[in-house]
Amino acid sequence: MAKRKIRVMVAKPGLDGHDRGARVLARCFRDAGYEVIYTGCHQTPEQIAAAAIQEDVDMVGLSCLSGAHRYLFPAVKKLLVEKGADDIVVVGGGIIPDQDFQYLYDNGIKEIFTPGATLESIVKWVNENVKPRN
Amino acid sequence: MYFAKELLEQSSTLRKKWEDEVRKVVAKNPDQKPERLWTTVSDLPIKRLYAPEDIKDMNFAEDISYPGQFPFIRGNQVTGYRGKYWTFRMFSGMGDAKTTNERWHLLLKEGQTGLSTAFDFPTLMGYDSDSPKARGECGKCGVAIDTLEDFMQLIDGVPMDKVTTSMTINPPATALWAMYCAAAQIRGIPLDKIGGTIQNDMLKEFIAQKTLMCPPEPSVKLISDTVEFGTKYVPRWNTISISGYHIREAGSTAVQELAFTLRDGMEYVEDVLRRKGLDIDSFATRLSFFYNSHIDFFEEIAKLRAARRIWAKAMRDRYKAKDPRSWWMRFHTQTAGCSLTAQQPYNNVVRTATEALAAVLGGTQSLHTNSLDEVLCLPSDHAVQIALRTQQIIAEETGVANTIDPLAGSYFIEALTNEMEQQAWDYIHKIDEMGGMVAAIEKGFPQLEISDAAYKFQRQIDAGEKIMVGVNKYVSEQVEPIPFLEIDDTVETEQIERLNAVRRKRDNKAVKKCLDDLRNACKKGENVMPYCIEAVKELASVQEICDVYREVYGEYRDPGLY
Repeated sequence: MAKRKIRVMVAKPGLDGHDRGARVLARCFRDAGYEVIYTGCHQTPEQIAAAAIQEDVDMVGLSCLSGAHRYLFPAVKKLLVEKGADDIVVVGGGIIPDQDFQYLYDNGIKEIFTPGATLESIVKWVNENVKPRN
Repeated sequence: MYFAKELLEQSSTLRKKWEDEVRKVVAKNPDQKPERLWTTVSDLPIKRLYAPEDIKDMNFAEDISYPGQFPFIRGNQVTGYRGKYWTFRMFSGMGDAKTTNERWHLLLKEGQTGLSTAFDFPTLMGYDSDSPKARGECGKCGVAIDTLEDFMQLIDGVPMDKVTTSMTINPPATALWAMYCAAAQIRGIPLDKIGGTIQNDMLKEFIAQKTLMCPPEPSVKLISDTVEFGTKYVPRWNTISISGYHIREAGSTAVQELAFTLRDGMEYVEDVLRRKGLDIDSFATRLSFFYNSHIDFFEEIAKLRAARRIWAKAMRDRYKAKDPRSWWMRFHTQTAGCSLTAQQPYNNVVRTATEALAAVLGGTQSLHTNSLDEVLCLPSDHAVQIALRTQQIIAEETGVANTIDPLAGSYFIEALTNEMEQQAWDYIHKIDEMGGMVAAIEKGFPQLEISDAAYKFQRQIDAGEKIMVGVNKYVSEQVEPIPFLEIDDTVETEQIERLNAVRRKRDNKAVKKCLDDLRNACKKGENVMPYCIEAVKELASVQEICDVYREVYGEYRDPGLY
């Protein structure tokens, strides 16, 4: 059987509509050969966690530019863990101040990408850190 | 013909000589980069030189003319900036109403001449601060406003009959404008004496900014209600600010910004004509515009000049407006947030100054300059002061305001203006063929055009074909930290307490009746504005009003196109 492709979900939690980064990344992941699901804006953590499990993704990439990442990112991770999907890798991006990185790592966010990260570097990270779950 | 035959002949001879020289020099010293990379930030190819041939087909009276005359490419005002500079209008809002009010008074004291309100995400989306959807967002990106009580605090001490106030608010625009009107009435100021702007442009929300509530069709209906109400009762108010800013921030090119914004404007005009039956000349002056000023200096100047000319032609020829004032495109400009970098943030002062200068040379009537720290957080007092001073230096030191439209007649600027106008019309006609902007949005056309451009730009940045200093060139390991303004989480709890206090003390029966009346008005297709004003006076909240819209018109969800 052919090896399953990496499945990623790009998600926009919260009320923030700044979706340029999310849209660009969704295309980039598609071009990198992943299967991509983009949620669109304004998803609650509950909606994102449920969709990630239903779509059986290997990684969830959360994008937030409103300053609410300290609440929203850990909320998604916590819900995934509660639903037994703790092996789904959760990463985040957006306007995230350096001083918040450790808090997010401590709450299960595996990596943070901020403006200036190249698409290539993000794909490289995913290839090295995310394996298709079986 | 724009030039005499003799001049064109001379030019042709001299050009050949120059071209020969260029060939010789390039053979020995090649250009720094290949031909395909000499482009604007939007990827528009730029030639090495522009000369009379490039603008020989222009018609002086129809294409250039004079300030205050068709096609207004040289500006609406006959006296240019001599009578009055553009309005120095800094977009601001953070935390609660009291904190924002303090920032406003600081800005007015520092020489700002107009106010501009940034609301937080729950307010922008029509949710109260205690909604589960608002968790973590209260006061973070702007000011939290739930009821008229907050609003009265926001405008405390602001002379409403003297200072104009802009409010960046879209789906709940009727509710927030109703609060402004109600506040004026409470203070005894007649509605025809207040001036300002509500953004109230939903089409660009579907296209780019994604502050969404109801589907496109009823959203446009609510906008037409405000145009009608403003035309009748609040004639100094711009009831819509048709915005290219967010389209550009979402990754569009300059031409796409121009085309989609103007086509949005045409959609609103057509809706008011059809739905309200108003005469075009009665409401045309209620429409204002809002553009981005990005980092490519000449492209932005050309864009703003082209915008005025396209709109003048559309209003005169397409909609048959007779009053020359109806042909004016009046606009606010904001420097490009997306051009700023988190890396080496002090460089952002230089970017913003360059973009502000382009906006002024493009003839803007109002300007916001971004603060150097806005890529990281809400601006600190110090950063916002530098941004305001940038405008004041341009206005009062550089001399650029001495003369009107100083770049007119430049071979390059006029050729670029013509080119951008032509490309914009091509888009506009394409959207016409799709059945208009609402239909184009439903097909995902503008959204996907923007996504293409954004992705291409990011690829070019990654490949080093386009440069962002400090990001993909001249990268510095040394990080100089900048002061960071953070909104405390206590803002949320305090705001919720205030909202609950209002709910306890107001006459809840009266609120319910007002909301029932609003619901009936929506169902019957009546103008909602008078009902909104009554409701906010009874201290109905932003969400209570928006919930009525959601209930009657349905909710719209982002389809997540990429």
